Amino acid sequence: MEQDWIWGLVGGLLIGTGGAVYLLANGRIMGASGIIGGLVDGTGRSTAAERVVFLAGVILLPILLYPLYGHVDTHVSTNPLVIVAAGLLVGAGTRLANGCTSGHGVCGISRFSLRGIVATVFYILAGGLTVVFFRHLLGVI
Amino acid sequence: MRLLFAFIAGGLFGAGLFVSGMTDTSKVQGWLDVFGDWDPTLAFVMGGAIIPMAIAWRLVPGRKPLVGGDFPEPQEPRVSRNLVLGSTMFGAGWGLAGLCPGPAIASLSYGGVWHWVFAAAMLAGMALTPMLRVRLDRMVPAE
Repeated sequence: MEQDWIWGLVGGLLIGTGGAVYLLANGRIMGASGIIGGLVDGTGRSTAAERVVFLAGVILLPILLYPLYGHVDTHVSTNPLVIVAAGLLVGAGTRLANGCTSGHGVCGISRFSLRGIVATVFYILAGGLTVVFFRHLLGVI
Repeated sequence: MRLLFAFIAGGLFGAGLFVSGMTDTSKVQGWLDVFGDWDPTLAFVMGGAIIPMAIAWRLVPGRKPLVGGDFPEPQEPRVSRNLVLGSTMFGAGWGLAGLCPGPAIASLSYGGVWHWVFAAAMLAGMALTPMLRVRLDRMVPAE
């Protein structure tokens, strides 16, 4: 749709504002994989309560906004192998790299972090190659 | 106060992911698929998110976080093996499913069963990572 980029920009500004609040108010970097991962392995500076409350906000707002949209199709794969392999790779990869699209991407690039920029280059390249390979060559996604 | 601000930040993050369309896996894969019908949305999301964040980082020096404590230490600009390997693994998974950790959580209420399966696998991957780190260090010493 033609307006998708506008909503992308609006959503991006909201995401960045969330990151700015988390940084300026709580002194924390808003990285989704770090916030979730800290609950799994107990590492990091934030308390479990801070993480749970943050994630509650992430889940709750889409619930509140959903009725305005009526229906949202996420076009997610229904291939169990694809979903499980992807989930394992995203979980292990982001924790090994200490960050994902929000931590390395949004929060890292905006402070000109070399690590954030390098991570972003590698996950975009890997993501692009993966889509091209599995979609155009194998046709499974 | 710390919890209130964490909730507000999470809410803004979740709302942003929802309205931007980033929980729609076809938009993420459409952005990554430069040989297909390319979807530019993700670039606008990233660009839009970086603007307020860049302003926030400029406000950090000489201040303290509102609720007390300290800001994160400046990073050592060191590119490690784990950063490159982990980001490559993450990118492969991101491309396969079109989901990264934030949208994976934001979409739980409406994405259906496969989003729960993805989230469960992601948590399992996260739980396995400390073991993976040890194995990697044994195979190829980090430094």
